[in-house]
Amino acid sequence: MATLVGAPVRRREDPRLITGRATYVDDIKLVGMVHAVFIRSPYAHAKIARIDLREAKAFRGVLAAFSGEDLHATGWKASLPVAHKMADLKAPPHFPLAVDEVRFVGEAVAVIVAADPYAARDAAELVEVEYDELPVVIDIEKAAASDAPLVHRDLGTNVAYTLPFKAGDPDGAFAGADVVVKQRIINQRLAPVPIETRGVVARWDAGAGRVTIHSSTQIPHLLRTQLSLVLGLPENKVRAIAPEVGGGFGAKLNVYAEEAVVAWLAMRLDRPIKWSETRSECFQAMIHGRDQIDDCEIAAKRDGTIVGLRLRILANLGAYHQLLTPVIPTLTMLMAPGPYRISNVDIEVKGVFTNTMSTDAYRGAGRPEATYLIERLVDLVAQKLELDPAEIRRRNFIEASAFPFTTATGLTYDTGDYATTMEKALQLADYSSLRARQEALRKEGRYLGIGLSTYVEVCGMGPSAAMPAAGWDSATVRVEPTGSVTVLTGISPHGQGEETTFAQLVADELGVPIENVEVVHGDTDKVQYGVGTFGSRGSAVGGSALKLAIETIQAKALKIAAHQWEANPDDLEYRDGSIRMRGDPSRSMTTAEAGFLAFMGDKLPAGLEPGLDATRRFEPPNFVYPFGTHVCVVEVDAETGRVKIERYVAVDDCGKVLNPMIVEGQIHGGIAQGMAQALYEEVVYDEYGQLRTGTLMDYAVPHAEQVPHFELERTVTETTVNPLGVKGVGEAGTIGSTPAVVNAVMDALAPFGVTHLDMPLRPEKLWKAMAPRSNGKVPA
Amino acid sequence: MIPATFNYFRPHSIEEALLLLRQGEVAKILAGGQSLVPMMKLRLTEPKTLIDLQGVPELAYVTWAGGHCTVGTLATHAMLAADADLRQKAAVLWDAANALGDPQVRNLGTIGGACVHADPAADYPAAMLALEACFIVAGEKTREVPAAEFFKGTFETAVGDGEILTKITFDAAPHSAYVKLEHPASHYALVGVAAVLMMSRDAIEDARVAITGLADAPFRASAVERALRGVKANNVAAIKSACAGAAAGQSARSDIEASAAYRAAMADVLTARAVLRATEPR
Repeated sequence: MATLVGAPVRRREDPRLITGRATYVDDIKLVGMVHAVFIRSPYAHAKIARIDLREAKAFRGVLAAFSGEDLHATGWKASLPVAHKMADLKAPPHFPLAVDEVRFVGEAVAVIVAADPYAARDAAELVEVEYDELPVVIDIEKAAASDAPLVHRDLGTNVAYTLPFKAGDPDGAFAGADVVVKQRIINQRLAPVPIETRGVVARWDAGAGRVTIHSSTQIPHLLRTQLSLVLGLPENKVRAIAPEVGGGFGAKLNVYAEEAVVAWLAMRLDRPIKWSETRSECFQAMIHGRDQIDDCEIAAKRDGTIVGLRLRILANLGAYHQLLTPVIPTLTMLMAPGPYRISNVDIEVKGVFTNTMSTDAYRGAGRPEATYLIERLVDLVAQKLELDPAEIRRRNFIEASAFPFTTATGLTYDTGDYATTMEKALQLADYSSLRARQEALRKEGRYLGIGLSTYVEVCGMGPSAAMPAAGWDSATVRVEPTGSVTVLTGISPHGQGEETTFAQLVADELGVPIENVEVVHGDTDKVQYGVGTFGSRGSAVGGSALKLAIETIQAKALKIAAHQWEANPDDLEYRDGSIRMRGDPSRSMTTAEAGFLAFMGDKLPAGLEPGLDATRRFEPPNFVYPFGTHVCVVEVDAETGRVKIERYVAVDDCGKVLNPMIVEGQIHGGIAQGMAQALYEEVVYDEYGQLRTGTLMDYAVPHAEQVPHFELERTVTETTVNPLGVKGVGEAGTIGSTPAVVNAVMDALAPFGVTHLDMPLRPEKLWKAMAPRSNGKVPA
Repeated sequence: MIPATFNYFRPHSIEEALLLLRQGEVAKILAGGQSLVPMMKLRLTEPKTLIDLQGVPELAYVTWAGGHCTVGTLATHAMLAADADLRQKAAVLWDAANALGDPQVRNLGTIGGACVHADPAADYPAAMLALEACFIVAGEKTREVPAAEFFKGTFETAVGDGEILTKITFDAAPHSAYVKLEHPASHYALVGVAAVLMMSRDAIEDARVAITGLADAPFRASAVERALRGVKANNVAAIKSACAGAAAGQSARSDIEASAAYRAAMADVLTARAVLRATEPR
């Protein structure tokens, strides 16, 4: 026994997912179900002069049509939620259907319900909306200026908040430094592009007075709470179900206008209603990620010791706050020092409204921005001081003996050993040979680049005190009368594989075959309250709650066995998944046997309740801090500027590993997403606020052929903040990879005197940077 | 992603299809549907009638007779991409079929559909121009249209109302190649160059070079073709120099991924690469 945890157990989810037997929102068909289509603004900022729904309402099969004004005429008052703990945050009203004014292209202004999706879509063409255009502001810096057109006139400013933070003596550190590097670093806007777009099926049970919402969400319980508030229903009259969810990446960690409206329509019309988002809508109206301008200054001593960091972070919030919009950029501030000892920091975060879709959590959520800027800055300092990028990192790492380590920004890193992962990665990549090869190739006019990224990130979100809302999670373990085990987890996995890893844990600890463990999630009527899956918290928080529940089950099972054996419970123990008498190997009882006794009820010691189940909650005392080193090797074609990733080596440390296959899968996907930011992806709005990257023909999500082969290794540094010793791995690959790729390309371009280019590193950008000296002449 | 209402017909012969085409209001021919269907779903085009050629499966073929090839309008990209003869005898088209789209698109998309769609960044048109292919168009009477007259502009070809492209013919081009710099999202050509060389021992006797993705329609780079005459195949510098100014006189397109200047510069680079590749044995 005790063999499944740590083994590459195949994902139990996969057979149904890859054979088309899984149920996503769009697969749900309810009797009498009708279909909603949203009418969206084609303007980035405009007064709504008139909405005429008459022709649409008269179209065949149309049941109803509502504008934002119609919604409010029924007494609607609620704004969509934003979770934060900021004292002075400017939070303008955010209604699910725009009233009076639209503020970004894609904002919903009306909704049509028809008997079938075809009629709904045809009727949508008949809606007439008259707009009076208003001045548009897209550029973050322009929006932050005092004379900018206002996204929300009533606020009198586009600046939603300004958060200054200082620690140590940054001014003194900069004054006393040998070298100061200044660099503006832009972290471009990204679209999450899950394979499954958003979707909602809502059903009103008029008899029970309850509404059920099936939504492609990462947070069914939080969605239930928020929708009950928005809809004005008691929370126990709302049921939220997350069926199979085809990708979230943070974009489904939200409460969207469409979820509220479709639920409201089901109640209003007393019909089940489906809304399936089109890919075009998904580009326009699903949250975006990143979008910061970071003005950075870093100060160092001649030997490479970093002494100070100054940052002015300008974050594009979009037109409205979505659930966590204002919080995300603050994570950039917190993680800006990275894995380095930097005691003097001066950081300001400014969140700014623009006439664009809201930004919010997208894989990494604020930490990729931090890692990107510090990893670029460290390379720039190294270049200036003519130090090897590995050497400058070695000189600034927080030493393994210094943990727990409190950073200048006030976080306490739990455990870490940054130098070891880096040395291991350098060895795996054969770093010194790579440098030699780079030298040789340069002489032939070929430009090889080697990029390092040594990251630490904050996840396992998190202690409740540090979260905008609750940070704990829950688990129930039920030993059923005939010995199978049901787990109800409060997290809501959607690709992270907890149906497998949690079953591994239970199978090992309770000694039941993994086939007999069922992991249930994603339905608020079945599962006790839980917070959800985001911020790489599934195992660290949800798994720890499960561990506690297992321990409670074990303690009770020992009492049951002790009673049966007429022994003292203290003489019994769980060993290799079964109950044993210490010193008497002949005595053993399985959990299933104890569960049956608990069910029968007549063989229990006095005072012990029948049944063998437990619900536990885990409140993490701290975040967890996974880390690692990524090494990327690229060759840049000087004639075209095209980047080819030759090798990609990553050594990651996510603490204890429950299932290495799943961990590697997470790293693979994470690196693909991170390198895509470096090379390909960018959401582009033009100056009028029109989305120019609104289809997959324009927005470059990489194909398989554009993704390199990964060479992965790991180190294991367990955390002390939870009983499993696990950290998190959902976002680490994304966080670590972007700077590794950019640093590699910048390294390749070093002979051309190039020090920094903003992402994505389109071939033309590189070609231009290389052009002045590439006319047949090979730079030395 | 729901198209407007349309009528759908699936005729069983070209004659039947032509008859339907003449009757239907705003009728469109559906071949593989890899461009037309997405455009319909986005309601960028709203044909009242679709005439699906898949009911005439005998239009999907590639045949060689001596040095002459005939490709049926329904030959899929995947068929062409897997055709060993084509690789040997007309690598330029084989390259283009392999460079096009992704496996799903290649399995359904057809050469006829792609050519008649005439996307200015499509891969085939360059290969067709360089092969000096002949397009057989059925209608009131059957016409033969040379490639040079076939591609008229963005989404515009010589196929008129009431006509259907049935097949494409061309002569073998053993020294040929197609290379492209692709758009990272659409995988269409930012610039794509097709080169067909007539070799005499180790020298280029004559060349046909066509470029797609750069302008509103694919074009022949005639100055480059002239400059390549007589150049030794192993003289890389001379080939590069002959390929300079490949986009001269063209009005290059510009978008987020590539400016006009970049496209023009890449035309030179890729033309040289296509020519060099065409000189190599395949």
